Amino acid sequence: MKYESQGIAKMYFIAAIALFVGQILFGVTMGLQYVMGDFLFPEIPFNVARMVHTNLLIVWLLFGFMGSAYFLVPEEAERELYAPWLAKLMFWIFLVAGALTILGYLLVPYARLAELTMNDLLPTMGREFLEQPTITKIGIVIVALAFIYNIGMTVLTGRKTVINVVLLTGLVGLAVFFLFSFYNPDNLVMDKYFWWFVVHLWVEGVWELIMASLLAYVLIKVTGVDREVIEKWLYIIIAMALISGLVGTGHHFFWIGTPDYWQWLGSIFSALEPIPFFMMTLFAFNVVNKRRRDHPNKAAVLWALGTAVMAFLGAGVWGFLHTLAPINFYTHGTQITAAHGHMAFYGAYVMVVLTMISYSMPLMRGQKAANVTAQKIEIWSFWTMTLSMVAITLFLTAAGVMQVYLQRYSADPLPFMVVQDKLAVFYWLREVAGLIFLSGLFLYLYSFFAKGEEVKLVEE
Amino acid sequence: MRETFTKGMARNIYYGGGIFFFLVLIGLTVDTVRSLPKTDNSQNLTELVIEGKRVWEVNNCIGCHTLLGEGAYFAPELGNVYTRFGESTESIKAFIKYRPVEGIPGRRSMPQFNLTEEELEAVAQFLKYTDGIKTARDWPPNIQG
Repeated sequence: MKYESQGIAKMYFIAAIALFVGQILFGVTMGLQYVMGDFLFPEIPFNVARMVHTNLLIVWLLFGFMGSAYFLVPEEAERELYAPWLAKLMFWIFLVAGALTILGYLLVPYARLAELTMNDLLPTMGREFLEQPTITKIGIVIVALAFIYNIGMTVLTGRKTVINVVLLTGLVGLAVFFLFSFYNPDNLVMDKYFWWFVVHLWVEGVWELIMASLLAYVLIKVTGVDREVIEKWLYIIIAMALISGLVGTGHHFFWIGTPDYWQWLGSIFSALEPIPFFMMTLFAFNVVNKRRRDHPNKAAVLWALGTAVMAFLGAGVWGFLHTLAPINFYTHGTQITAAHGHMAFYGAYVMVVLTMISYSMPLMRGQKAANVTAQKIEIWSFWTMTLSMVAITLFLTAAGVMQVYLQRYSADPLPFMVVQDKLAVFYWLREVAGLIFLSGLFLYLYSFFAKGEEVKLVEE
Repeated sequence: MRETFTKGMARNIYYGGGIFFFLVLIGLTVDTVRSLPKTDNSQNLTELVIEGKRVWEVNNCIGCHTLLGEGAYFAPELGNVYTRFGESTESIKAFIKYRPVEGIPGRRSMPQFNLTEEELEAVAQFLKYTDGIKTARDWPPNIQG
């Protein structure tokens, strides 16, 4: 760690990991509700558990992105953070706002929460992933603005590298597209259309810029490969992400009352969306193979390779599976979508944040890399979580294929709930895989506390 | 990558491609918004339907159901529920109204939301309006959603 203010990342990462644990606890709860419908009913109905599960994911990834930026940007800009106090203040505001929102979901009925937070003044609640009370959304905007100001001033008054400029672009895009969450037209088709300007343009747009720049940074650090080479890769990856992903938004406009031409445009452009993820995989392996040093942090290298591969599988391959309009006609809004969502979010965004944490946490704790035992445990947790997420995805895919056949494709389609009962075996298997994922997460937590032999440092 | 392909070229593709396709998306969006009145059933977007959309939102219905395929996958698709319930808003209202408070043992249950008569009518009218949106190929594929 070269600059003292980089250490601010630590509190962000600790909060991120704590919320990650909460997210998974609610995940296994929902998994059980899929097969034991009355579990925790009516205290925590499925819709509440799901809202907590998805909102915690978004909030902890944002903590992860912010922490990553606070660690990376000063080093790239070769100066201390512009306003460390602001970063600390925003941390507490964001944490308290996030915690209050989650408590609001759990402690009062959602309709009451809407009343308490005066949703009527500017109704934005009750849309998937954007369930936060309007006041929380305003809080998110304030935190995002302060964060971008802080990071932006650090970049602008320091050394501008491709990595920190791309990261900053991604973060600004994140904040700008979030503003669409305040636009909630009465016309449902319009509502749905612009809802995707937050959701799609985040995860299949600007977040890819963030992901690619974080990955590029860690790869420079752990491989010692020439910056010029890495920056060229970075540009071409994010170029492909935008070229495919912007008009690729159209794959969400097949069946919501939008014009038919989206079937062609959405299919063609989203069929290209795996390309940037495939290039990320090529990039990561290529750069690691050409490494100029063997970094003592083996776990971080594994996470970096892992996120490239899993993002390609989850976002690229599983996305492509159901992105063509004639196929999506049958699969839209089934467990196939759930399968894709799980592996894509884990592979791309969870893993890239864990890559940054893996690389930076030892440095912030005054080590070059975690001790041998801790790394061994972290690597075990990598495989436990990653393989169980693969299992979750495969079981949900199997459930989805069967659901599509029974409910949508066969000559004599069955009602939704009848089909759900027939899928119980896959949901049970998914739940077991979810519990294994949770155990992997506990292993991950333990890796931060494990004592052991210090890593041998090779002279560079 | 080969040396003939320089970083400068990669950067130009990023900026050029990004800006170009962003403008394409904006153009397509303008065209889409203009042509929506043909399909979006906005002629039936009454005050009651708008109130119904609010009831739908503040009870977080999307947390279990899909609506035109978007939402959670825990409970049935509701984009065509009006058709599925025999084109009867009364059936929809009755279904929502008589959900047991404690649920059904061992089964997935819809919560009892204690909606007023007006809210029930509004949300039922909202679902009827949604059913009237002309989706491509008349999605969903069949009445089961």
